[in-house]
Amino acid sequence: MSEPKQYWLDRSENVTKLYRGLWATGIALLALDLFLHKHEEFDFAAWFGFYGVFGFFACVLLVLVAKNLRGVLMRSEDYYER
Amino acid sequence: MNADFPVALILILGGALVPLVRGGMRVAYMLLLPVVAFAWLLMLPQGEFGQVHLLGQTLVLMRVDRLSLLFGYIFLIASLLNVIYALHVKDTLQHVAGLVYAGSAIGAVFAGDLVTLFVYWELTAVSSVLLIWARRSERAFRAGMRYLLVQLLSGMFLLVGGLLHWHATGTLEFSQIGLSGAGGTLILIAFGIKCAFPLLHNWLQDAYPEATVTGTVLLSAFTTKLGIYALARAFPGTEMLIWIGTLMTAFPIFYAVIENDLRRVLAYSMNNQLGFMVVGIGIGSELAINGAVAHAFADILFKALLFMSMGAVLLRAGTVKGSELGGLYKSMPWTTGFCMVGAASISAFPLFSGFVTKSMIMAAAAGEGLLATWLVLLFASAGVFHHAGIKIPYFAFFAHDSGIRCEEAPRNMLLAMAITAALCIGIGVFPGALYAILPYAVVYDPYAASHVVAQLQLLLFSALAFSVLVRTGIYPSELRSVNLDSDWLYRVVAPAAVSFGGRLIGGVQRAGGAAFSAGIQRVADFILRESQPQGLLVRTWPTGSMALWVMVMLLAYLVLYYVR
Repeated sequence: MSEPKQYWLDRSENVTKLYRGLWATGIALLALDLFLHKHEEFDFAAWFGFYGVFGFFACVLLVLVAKNLRGVLMRSEDYYER
Repeated sequence: MNADFPVALILILGGALVPLVRGGMRVAYMLLLPVVAFAWLLMLPQGEFGQVHLLGQTLVLMRVDRLSLLFGYIFLIASLLNVIYALHVKDTLQHVAGLVYAGSAIGAVFAGDLVTLFVYWELTAVSSVLLIWARRSERAFRAGMRYLLVQLLSGMFLLVGGLLHWHATGTLEFSQIGLSGAGGTLILIAFGIKCAFPLLHNWLQDAYPEATVTGTVLLSAFTTKLGIYALARAFPGTEMLIWIGTLMTAFPIFYAVIENDLRRVLAYSMNNQLGFMVVGIGIGSELAINGAVAHAFADILFKALLFMSMGAVLLRAGTVKGSELGGLYKSMPWTTGFCMVGAASISAFPLFSGFVTKSMIMAAAAGEGLLATWLVLLFASAGVFHHAGIKIPYFAFFAHDSGIRCEEAPRNMLLAMAITAALCIGIGVFPGALYAILPYAVVYDPYAASHVVAQLQLLLFSALAFSVLVRTGIYPSELRSVNLDSDWLYRVVAPAAVSFGGRLIGGVQRAGGAAFSAGIQRVADFILRESQPQGLLVRTWPTGSMALWVMVMLLAYLVLYYVR
């Protein structure tokens, strides 16, 4: 092979397409929310878009906390072998 | 057929005979063992069989009911999948250990009394450590030793707890035990070690990633799920378990986000999934117990699938470190696909297995009004998608291209992954088949429209959070590192304390010894000095002084004679 095969995901504009598609799907799911008959045990869980908002901020919180935990927990790879 | 025959022996004795069979015969023989055992299970009537009378007690080798059958089925399915996955392995030891390990887990599941349970409990520990040692490196040996010590410690708790329980209640029966006595507490600790309760958990993350490519897959299936089975048998409805389980779902995911070894990430996510099951057992309602054991069933499959895909990566690319990998979908498209099925299943995407099992536990928690638990479980559900559902496939197969070009996984591995993936999707699409073999009748429909949309929202917006964080560069990159966890206590603090104690004792010894040897030295110096010419000891003494000393002695004798 003279030049390496180009994959669809190798092009950054395609990755951007995927990213936009993800947002579009998310918005579509939020729109669906309006038409659903909900039966939740906890009242707040029936608020518009509760699960979407919760999922988004839960993950941001998770990553930010974990990233800061590195300052306390992270050691070099040979820490236990030294 | 004879229902008294312990089905575990098919795998344990059959596995021990593997070295006698060679070549193609061995392949057929190893595939046949779990199949025969499975057929045996299908024919078993329910009840208590294989009763042995010992010391006035009745030991039950085969207690067959819906709970033990469910775990028997899945353990045998896992065993068969593992045999297929490991067919390319030339190391006979691993084949033997794998079958004996699976067999002993099955023996423990069908044990009707604590003595039988203890025997199989220890056998799982001893046979499984061989799968770690089979890596044959210094690092694996040490990790295996730590693993074995923790597992045997669990066995000791079970033994002592069982004896106390026997003393208090007069029975060795392995059924609802509860926390009423000291025996129950010790038994709970024994089970808690196997289930990887918080602070008792770290053997799992420590040892599993150090096992062989195929060994880790086996390990992931049996030990912890045996702990879940034992917990469901002996401690259903124990409220403390709700809080323990809630904690278990939450804290490992923080570690999973920053861990670099992708098999270790999976070990952390295993901890998180076990947390869901422990919560279900703690709630103890029919829906919750059904959810817990169904989730154990599903978890064995999707976790095996994820470990299989990472094993294939380790075999072909030579590493599973996130910092070294990326772009492998170009070399291993099938493995990538199977990994994504496992990722979708563990993340509980609708139409995949985790969705139809985990949601029963969530529904049970909500139904009991456990608000805090429910919120943490929801957080953990988003988190598991984040670290296992996205991080694992993303950093191994996508992300930036690492330039690694390797072969696709061996055909037997692909076949094992394909069957496992099919089962994951099958359970998700046809949950009724799994629901039909759960301990209690199921009146639950996971596919209510609002539930499906809610779950999709949760997952999709978690994925969006990941994408946003990666694109803005906030997402922490994979770094070559280790993160301190509770094993730090026994790998650093405890040895340091022992070595400090040793130095203290050594110091005291040295100080005392110094004084002692200084005394000896002084005597020796004196003798040496006085042995030189003109020294006290070698001097030529005059005859007169000799006569004088004789006279002194005679006088002393005379005085003593009169005094007497």
